[in-house]
Amino acid sequence: MSAVDFGRRVLVLRRRRIAVRLERRSVLVCTALAVAAAGLAVLALMTGSYQLSAGQVVSALTGGETGLVHDIVVEWRLPRVVAALVFGAALGVSGAVFQSLLRNPLADPGLIGFSQGSYTGALVVILVVNGSYLQLVGGALLGGMATAVAVYLLAYRRGVQGFRLIVVGIGVSATLESLNIWLILKAELEQAMAAAAWGAGSLNGVSWNQVVLGGSCIAVLLLLAGMSSRPMRQLELGDDAAASQGVRVSPARLGLIVVGVALTATVTAASGPIAFISLVAPQIGRRLARTGGITLAPAAFVGALLCLAADYVAQHVAPTPLPVGMITVMLGGGYLGYLLFTEARRRL
Amino acid sequence: MTALALRRDGPGTVKVPGPRRRLIGLVVALVALLVLLVLSVMIGSTAIAPSVVWDALFRPSADIDQFAIRDYRLPRTVAGLAVGAALGLSGALMQALTRNPLAEPGILGVNAGASFAVTVAVGLLGVRDIGDYMWFAFAGALVVTIMVLALGSTRQGQSPVAMVLAGICIGAVLGGAREALQLTNPEAFDAMRSWNAGSILGRPLEIVWPILPFFAVAIVLAFAVAGPLNAMALGDELAVAQGVRLARTRVLAVIALTLLAGGATAIAGPIAFVGLMVPHVARWIVGPHQRWIFAYSVLLGPILLLASDILGRVVMHPSEVPVGVVTAFVGAPVLIALARRKRASGL
Repeated sequence: MSAVDFGRRVLVLRRRRIAVRLERRSVLVCTALAVAAAGLAVLALMTGSYQLSAGQVVSALTGGETGLVHDIVVEWRLPRVVAALVFGAALGVSGAVFQSLLRNPLADPGLIGFSQGSYTGALVVILVVNGSYLQLVGGALLGGMATAVAVYLLAYRRGVQGFRLIVVGIGVSATLESLNIWLILKAELEQAMAAAAWGAGSLNGVSWNQVVLGGSCIAVLLLLAGMSSRPMRQLELGDDAAASQGVRVSPARLGLIVVGVALTATVTAASGPIAFISLVAPQIGRRLARTGGITLAPAAFVGALLCLAADYVAQHVAPTPLPVGMITVMLGGGYLGYLLFTEARRRL
Repeated sequence: MTALALRRDGPGTVKVPGPRRRLIGLVVALVALLVLLVLSVMIGSTAIAPSVVWDALFRPSADIDQFAIRDYRLPRTVAGLAVGAALGLSGALMQALTRNPLAEPGILGVNAGASFAVTVAVGLLGVRDIGDYMWFAFAGALVVTIMVLALGSTRQGQSPVAMVLAGICIGAVLGGAREALQLTNPEAFDAMRSWNAGSILGRPLEIVWPILPFFAVAIVLAFAVAGPLNAMALGDELAVAQGVRLARTRVLAVIALTLLAGGATAIAGPIAFVGLMVPHVARWIVGPHQRWIFAYSVLLGPILLLASDILGRVVMHPSEVPVGVVTAFVGAPVLIALARRKRASGL
C-alpha cells in the first residue's frame, strides 16, 4: 500500500465497506486510560463501609457470588460506578464537540446557557412548586433545553456564527445565574441548601433504572457524535474551507450542537450538573494523545476516568461525603493548572 | 497615538469618531452620571421630598428622613460610583491585556479568590461584619491574582492565554472548596448567599473610604499603560519594535486591574457584567483607542451600576433587588442586541 506520510503512525482497519483510521498513539492512550478506569472501578467496588477484596468483586461481577456480597457489588455499588464512567464519557465528548465547534478551548455546553438554565429549572421546581424528584428532573431538562434553544435562536441571523453564539450565551447565562442567586436568596435556608446541593452535581441515589435509561440515550448520542467527527474536523478549518470540501455547514453545526447539548442534558437529568469535566477532559485528552485538534475518543476516556476518580474521592477520601461535582471542579482545575505549569516549564 | 485612530476601510469598515465627537460624548456621559447621582440620592423605598434631601446634605439635623439620606442613600451612591468606575476600568484593562473581547476580571480569579476568602472568614473564623470581611475579600482577590500571574508566566513573559487558563483553574479549585465549605456549614451558606448576589446596600462610608486610595493608584497606572497597550494591540513583535516593554506593561496592567476589581468586589461582592459590558460599549463609541476606552469605561461603569441600583429599588417596591442581579438583567439584553448587529465587535 503506497501511503502518504502524515508524520503520525496510523492503523487502518478495513472491513468490506467500512474503513476506520486510527492514530496509533490515540489507540495506545485510550487503552491505557481504559485499563486505569477498570482498575479504579474495581477499587471503587471494593471500598465502602463493608470492605470487600478484589477477588470477591471479580467473582461477584462474573456471577460467582450470591447473597450479601452480590447485592453490595451488583445492586448497590455497580450502578454508581457505571454511572460515573458513562456520564463522564458523555461529558467529555460533549465538551470536545463544543470546543471543536467554537474553536475555543474554553467552550462547553454551559457556554450556551445549558447549565444555568437547567439549574434555574430545578430551582423553580424545588423552591416554587416544591415538586418531586421526577418533576425536578423534568424542570432541569426543560430549563436547560429551553435556554439552549433560546440562545441558538437569539444568535441566529442568517446562520449561526461562533462568536455571536458565545456572546449571546454569556449574556443569557449571566442573566440566569443572577436569577438563580436571587431565587436562592429569597428561599428558606433549608430549601436553598437542598437546591445548592443538587446544583453541585451528585451521584448519590443513582439506581440501575437511571443508569440503563441514561446509558442507552448516551450510547446512541455517542454513536452519532462518532459519526459526525469527520465534518466536525472539517468545520475546524473554517466554514468556507469545510463548505468547499462538501460539508453542509449549517445543518452539520446544528446537528453537532444538538448532540453536544443532549449529552450534557442526559447527565444533568440523572445527577445534576457535574462541572468542569466537559471543559477539562478534551484538553487533557488532546495533550495525552498529542493530537493537533480536539478528538472525541481520548476526551471520552479521560472524562470517564476523571468522573470515576472524582466520585471515589468525593465518597471515600473527603472527610464528609460530598457531591461529586465539587471534586470534579477541584480535581479538574488542579490538573489543568498542573499541565499548564509543566508546559510553561518546558517552554523555558 | 493618533495613528491608531485611523479609519479602517474595506468591507468591515469601522468609522471611528473624531476627537471632537469623542469629547462631546464624554461630556454627555458625565452629565448622565451626574443626573444618576442625584436620582440615586432622591429615589428610594420611602418618598422623601427634594427639599429634605437638600437639607440632609447641606443643613444637617436630627430628622429621621435626613438620617435615611445621610446614612443609607448617600453611602450607597458613593459606593455605586466607586465600584462602577472600578469595575468598568478593570474590565477595559483586562480586555486590552488579553486581547480577548470576552475577558472580564472574574476570569483572572478575582471573584473566586474574594468569595473563597470571605467564606473562610465567615465559615471558619466566625467573622460577621461586612467591614471586617471586606479585607478578607480584598486580600483573597490580590493573592489569587498574583498566583494566576505567576502560573501564567514563562521566562519570556506572561502569556495572556496561559493567564486566563490559570485563572479558570484556580477559580475552579477555590470554587469547589468554597462550595464544599458552604454546604457543610449552613451559617456560612446563609451569609454567603446574600454576599454572592452583589449589593451596594448597607455599605457605610467607612467601608468605602479605605479602598479609594487603591482605586486612585490603579487609575493612574491604567492611564500610564494605555499607550503601550495600544501598541500591543498590533501584536507583541510590533509593540517591541515600537519600544514597548512587554513584561513591565503587563505587570502594571495586572496590578491596576487587580486593585480595581479586588477593591470593587470587596465593597460590593461579585457583580457580574459591568466589567464585561462597559468596555464593549465604550469601544463601540470610540473605536480601538485604549485611553479613550478607559476614560469612557470609568464613566459608563457607574452609569450602568447606579442605573441598575435605582431600578432595583423601584421594580419590586417596597422590597429591593440586589444590584448584582439587576446589572445582569439590564446588561444581557443590551449585549445580545449589540451582538446581533451586523458588525459584532472584535477587538
